[in-house]
Amino acid sequence: MRTMPDHSTSADVAPLLRVRDLTVPLPGGERPYAVRDVSFDIARGEILCIVGESGSGKSISAGAIMGLLPHHLTPERGEILFDGVDLLRLSETEMLARRGRQIGMIFQEPMSALNPTMRIGDQIAEVMAVHGTHPGPARRKRVLDLLDLVGLPDPATLQHVYPFRLSGGQRQRVVIAMALALEPALLIADEPTTALDVTTQAQILALIKRIQARMGMGVMFITHDFGVVADIADRIAVMEKGVLVEQGRATEVLDSPRHPYTRHLIAAVPTGRAVPRGVTVEDAPLLAVRNLIKTYTTSGGPFRPKRVVPAVCDVSFEVRRGEALGIVGESGSGKSTIGKCLLKLQGIDGGEIVFDGQDIAPLSQAAFRPQRRRLQMIFQDPFASLNPRQTVGRILTDGPVAGGEARAEAMARARTLLDLVGLPASALERYPHEFSGGQRQRVGIARALALQPDLIVADESVSALDVSVQAQVLALLKDLQKRLGVALVFITHDLRVAAEVCQRIAVMHRGCLVEYGPSAEVLGASREDYTRRLIEAMPGRAWDARRQPASAA
Amino acid sequence: MSGFARRFLRNTGAVAGLMILAAILVVALAAPLLFPDSPWMMVADPLILPFQDGQYPFGTDMLGRDIGAGLAYGARVSLMIGAVSTAVAVLAGIAIGAAAGYHGGWVDDLLMRVTEFFQTIPQLAMAVVLVAILTPSIGSIVAAIAIVSWPPVARLVRGEFLTLREREFVQAAVVIGQHPGRIMLTQILPNAMSPIIITASLMVATAILTESALSFLGLGDRNMMSWGFMIGASRTMLREAPWMSLMPGVAILLTVLAINLIGEGLNDALNPQLRHRGED
Amino acid sequence: MSAGSPITGAAPAQAPKATPTLDHTPAQSVLPQRVPSMALARFILAKLVKGVLVVLCVVVVNFFLIRLAPGDPASIMAGESGSSDPNYVAQLRTQFGLDRPLPVQMATYVLGVVRFDWGFSYRMKLPVLQLILDRLPATLLLMGSAFVFSVLLGIFLGVIASRTRYTGRRRWLDSLIVGGALLLYATPLFWLSLLMIVLFSVELGWLPAFGMETVGAGLTGWSRVLDITTHLVLPTVSLGSFYMAMYVRLTRASMLEVMGMDFVRTARAKGVAAPAVIRRHVLRNALLPVVTFSGIQLGQLAGGAVLTETVFGWPGIGRLMFDALMQRDYQLLLGVFLLTSAMVVVFNMLTDVIYRVVDPRIAFEGGR
Repeated sequence: MRTMPDHSTSADVAPLLRVRDLTVPLPGGERPYAVRDVSFDIARGEILCIVGESGSGKSISAGAIMGLLPHHLTPERGEILFDGVDLLRLSETEMLARRGRQIGMIFQEPMSALNPTMRIGDQIAEVMAVHGTHPGPARRKRVLDLLDLVGLPDPATLQHVYPFRLSGGQRQRVVIAMALALEPALLIADEPTTALDVTTQAQILALIKRIQARMGMGVMFITHDFGVVADIADRIAVMEKGVLVEQGRATEVLDSPRHPYTRHLIAAVPTGRAVPRGVTVEDAPLLAVRNLIKTYTTSGGPFRPKRVVPAVCDVSFEVRRGEALGIVGESGSGKSTIGKCLLKLQGIDGGEIVFDGQDIAPLSQAAFRPQRRRLQMIFQDPFASLNPRQTVGRILTDGPVAGGEARAEAMARARTLLDLVGLPASALERYPHEFSGGQRQRVGIARALALQPDLIVADESVSALDVSVQAQVLALLKDLQKRLGVALVFITHDLRVAAEVCQRIAVMHRGCLVEYGPSAEVLGASREDYTRRLIEAMPGRAWDARRQPASAA
Repeated sequence: MSGFARRFLRNTGAVAGLMILAAILVVALAAPLLFPDSPWMMVADPLILPFQDGQYPFGTDMLGRDIGAGLAYGARVSLMIGAVSTAVAVLAGIAIGAAAGYHGGWVDDLLMRVTEFFQTIPQLAMAVVLVAILTPSIGSIVAAIAIVSWPPVARLVRGEFLTLREREFVQAAVVIGQHPGRIMLTQILPNAMSPIIITASLMVATAILTESALSFLGLGDRNMMSWGFMIGASRTMLREAPWMSLMPGVAILLTVLAINLIGEGLNDALNPQLRHRGED
Repeated sequence: MSAGSPITGAAPAQAPKATPTLDHTPAQSVLPQRVPSMALARFILAKLVKGVLVVLCVVVVNFFLIRLAPGDPASIMAGESGSSDPNYVAQLRTQFGLDRPLPVQMATYVLGVVRFDWGFSYRMKLPVLQLILDRLPATLLLMGSAFVFSVLLGIFLGVIASRTRYTGRRRWLDSLIVGGALLLYATPLFWLSLLMIVLFSVELGWLPAFGMETVGAGLTGWSRVLDITTHLVLPTVSLGSFYMAMYVRLTRASMLEVMGMDFVRTARAKGVAAPAVIRRHVLRNALLPVVTFSGIQLGQLAGGAVLTETVFGWPGIGRLMFDALMQRDYQLLLGVFLLTSAMVVVFNMLTDVIYRVVDPRIAFEGGR
């Protein structure tokens, strides 16, 4: 399936970048080509978003343009015309002169993208040194200007700092400063905000947009997040399994997608509106958390003082039977710590956790163990949460067996559970590595349900999944929660997802609960500054507003 | 498992190592059949050159002992000491490392201090002192080698336990109410086995080197012929009969090399994702 | 990284992980704070205390070793039973209070060692400590040169091998170096020494095979230095080659690991050419763990020195240990063992301190 490139923006002038029929074989992979017959253009001053799920070939396209593909991937056909020159035909030396100078690149993982043993000022200056620009004191001056340009505080001091002192967002700004040092004509950004928190993401997106507009760069922006796309793209190209299935103006693709895959992807994006649902909720709380306190203490030595870091301070909330409560916050907000405390995977330093009338906080592990089956958990990482050396049957029956059930009996029930979560019974004999991420997460859900719990804690249980899979798993969770009447504590960084699933939402910030109430109120009429900031930072809000009537229908 | 076997057998070095080791093992097992006489017995004229006399293809030493017999019986000692001392060290290391890693807290602190201590003091010197003071015997040699070689296993197992304990599937086992003992045995240990097996295979090689060094220094068991002893004994004849020390050395080299090759093959086959990282 | 060497028992060197920064790090923490010299002093003090404790533990182990040996502790200390002077045995018995309770005996023993009374070698007719100190310089010289040889050559070859992997050119060189390292890694040190003697001394006559200098030549000044240097070559190569093989493997693995890291890709995206990427970005990050590891290994060379010095007749403490073994002079044996351990402790401590000063992350974290 191939769509002809959209020439509307580049019919008269030659585009900055013209990719034609790019094809890269994937030796030993699950499909013959990593990317196949991919064609697109990027004009000066234009942002092209390349959207797709993991493994769609987005990053490989970027690597091919930079000439930074791993040894085993070599483009087989096609051309990449940059300023009229085919980059695929250039020698390494000729590419070196362009990398960093005419084409800059930003990466996904800011935490590892900087050399840990080199001061950040030196890392930025290196770009200029390599290309022989800004000689003498001009180079230092340029470093300071760049740090200032990307919005980092106190450049004069900061340039002497090693990367480990900076947060993820700050490091990403340094990477951007490096990529922009020589004002390249083309900037390739490969998922530059995926590893960042929402509020940081909003800042970085605004920064890229601001600088792009000022310098008139062409930007190739790779992402999987339609919200980000809606905020930043001039044009959009959608990739599926190495093939570019649709491209066009941002508004066209977002509002009236033509290709079924694009429609499917867009339909899977949550809208960020609270969805009122018919769930019967009792008044009496099943779980009441009161004044929960948890601090982390770094281990000190005889010659080293201990450090105390508060993780959760004085948090109280309730969950009623059959209710879904969302706990939302950025990384480091303490939301996951709460989940671990509820399940007694971590001890607490104060407060009560009253579950069905009994405070479980003071119970010893052994005393609590018989009650564990009533309180279950669905984990974040579908690849780490299943024992790779056990069959799915074993994984699903270990819990009931630990509770005294016979293995055969538990196995029979595991069969019905698999059916419930939409997996075939044959899965019982198979090992986790034979399943996809979404399927594994279904196994994780079945494992929790096997014990017929009253409450399930789901910690970022869909955030590691691609957006279309995420939608399916969310639908499954909602459906099961409704049918089985189980209470749910849904921990997430994504307000949109929380709004889809939960009746009530608690917003966490730096260990404190800043807002707590019905979803519609928290999202629609927030009283708290921080919540409003969080909502404003959600990417694609303008698009959400447009999309509203369609999804309500 | 079949994937593992396939990856292992694709590694030519590992397969070569396996074949060499198998050959040495056969010779070791068949030594009493091949050489019914004791390797200590003076059977022929002294200093027969190798490949001269059909009956003694490896030649004889300065006392007329058959070098071929010494090599075959030496293989028994080397392989046996390598295997037994490694087994003891690995079991001790697993027990100590698992206790430290799973229990944490002061148990971990105490056990790790002890481990660090044993790791700090020079291993070969410690083995020499132990064997010398306990008087050289097969038992004291095995004990000494085990005592100096368990710490890496303990640290490895502890590290694995510490990491795996935080892994989500282990947390899931806690959440579904499994007992800690069961969690250690069925969830954590099976997932820690690959690095333990790899380390153990390399430890066998080192144990053989250590044993040969001990017997070279005259700390071998007086009742058992050993390659290290043969080299030590032929030292005085180095100028006159260098082949006498050459052959047992080649035997050690081949054995250790074979085991190292197997260890690397295991490493590659058990960690397929590691091998590809950074090498492509 | 490959698994740690079981012979040396040290943990495999690991690239230090970047410490995660809390996301809500207050803005001012971004500013560089001078690492307070107080923290460094505290760090060194902690290491010092730990080192002293380890050495004391070795003394205690020595005490129990004598007790573990079959037979009477006093005659064991005196040396080969039966042949030693009964007066001396009686003197040892009173000196170490062997008729008193065990804890008192231990305290007596430990105190004696702490007061530098390491016993008397009845065989050599000299105090143990004096014997050892006399021999120490020769061993330090050998260890130092073997260390420099193994680290420099090992790192050099490891870097060469990994570079061919990175550039994809001359991969045969990689195979050659890796194969050679594998072979050396499996070669018994003492046997290699003998082979080298046969080849370079007996057959070719290039280098002396025995001792530290030409006996009776009465050389002084530079000619003596040259004489010692020629004597040093074979022992150095034989002692250093095993460790060199280990450093080749470690360096190569570490380099390959760092080459796959994200910041190397960032550097390439800046337009930095391959040789400069390796020089400026890969080398330092890859070599830090190797150098630390080699510092830890330096002490382990002391164990190997027993074999090398024995074969080459090098008049150091390794040779002394062998003589003590031959003559069943257990006080001397344990003395050498104690000093060797103390050396390892000192080397480890130096490595820790140097590493802390060199790696900015460790300096910030305040120790490991």
